[in-house]
Amino acid sequence: MTIMQYGHAPGDAGEVSTRSTLIIYMTGLFLAVVLTATSFWVANTSIIWSTGVPLGLSVLAIAQMGIHLVFFLHITTGPDDTNNVLALAFGVLIVILVVAGSLWIMTDLNENMALPAELMDLHMQH
Amino acid sequence: MTITVAHDGHVQDHTAATATGVSPVSKRIVVTYGFWIFLLSDIVMFSALFAAYATLSRATAGGPSGAQLFDQVGVAIETACLLASSFTCGLMSLAIDSRRFGATYLYALLTFALGGAFLALELREFAHMIAIGAAPQRSAFLSAFFALVGCHGLHVAVGLIWLLVMMVQVKIRRFSAAVERRLLCFALFWHALDIVWVWLFTVVYLIGANQ
Repeated sequence: MTIMQYGHAPGDAGEVSTRSTLIIYMTGLFLAVVLTATSFWVANTSIIWSTGVPLGLSVLAIAQMGIHLVFFLHITTGPDDTNNVLALAFGVLIVILVVAGSLWIMTDLNENMALPAELMDLHMQH
Repeated sequence: MTITVAHDGHVQDHTAATATGVSPVSKRIVVTYGFWIFLLSDIVMFSALFAAYATLSRATAGGPSGAQLFDQVGVAIETACLLASSFTCGLMSLAIDSRRFGATYLYALLTFALGGAFLALELREFAHMIAIGAAPQRSAFLSAFFALVGCHGLHVAVGLIWLLVMMVQVKIRRFSAAVERRLLCFALFWHALDIVWVWLFTVVYLIGANQ
């Protein structure tokens, strides 16, 4: 019995040998370890301008997210993967809207509704 | 989109495909795609918790701040455990693909042990924080912290139970098509949890410690 099949299951390594998939996982692990170690180093070093640290850490986290997606979840840019990538792109869009939108609105709100310093602590409890 | 022809020996897959109309896509792809959508919605939920945490991270109400509470060595060990368990989960997927029972059980055991170690370390951290008075009700910052990190920990706990159930299913039903699909979904879930943890240790523990 034969059925037609197209598309690519997310997380499926595809038609590659066990050996090359193992190499993919090991590459992913190596890169993830390097990026994690760099993150911890960046957070604790005094060499880097302290205002730039959160930005640097975010960039490292985005890079590591990419490593996990490509090497562990096997998300590719191939035509078989279009559905998975589109769903991921939509998810990322919503995440960015929720996080950036919340931060923007709340920062704005805090500035416009700024209380005297002694009341600020009370205000922030809510 | 490229079209490849696959041989599928399972009758229920064929009937399912015809019952739902004209879908030529194998059940394996449909199921994992649905699970992928679920994972993305789960990540959207996490993003709301992240947004709440980022907004409230300075609202300590005179209580302890992140810089005073967080132990970076403990977090580094937790990160190592979760990353290693993600890797052994990948090795388990490989063992499943090549139908090796012994290796599947071994890597499942390693994944379970590393995930369990992660959870134990996290619970110890929580217990320590609550013991020194940094409980969720202390400040908005701590409420957001426990909600975000606790939610991830809960996901890990559910993942561990899922892994146990899957190993029992492998024992009883061998590598049937259904068991294999569920194992693929589990691997997706486990790797996605690691992605959430990457953001968690970055935003909560590393950026938080610098504030």
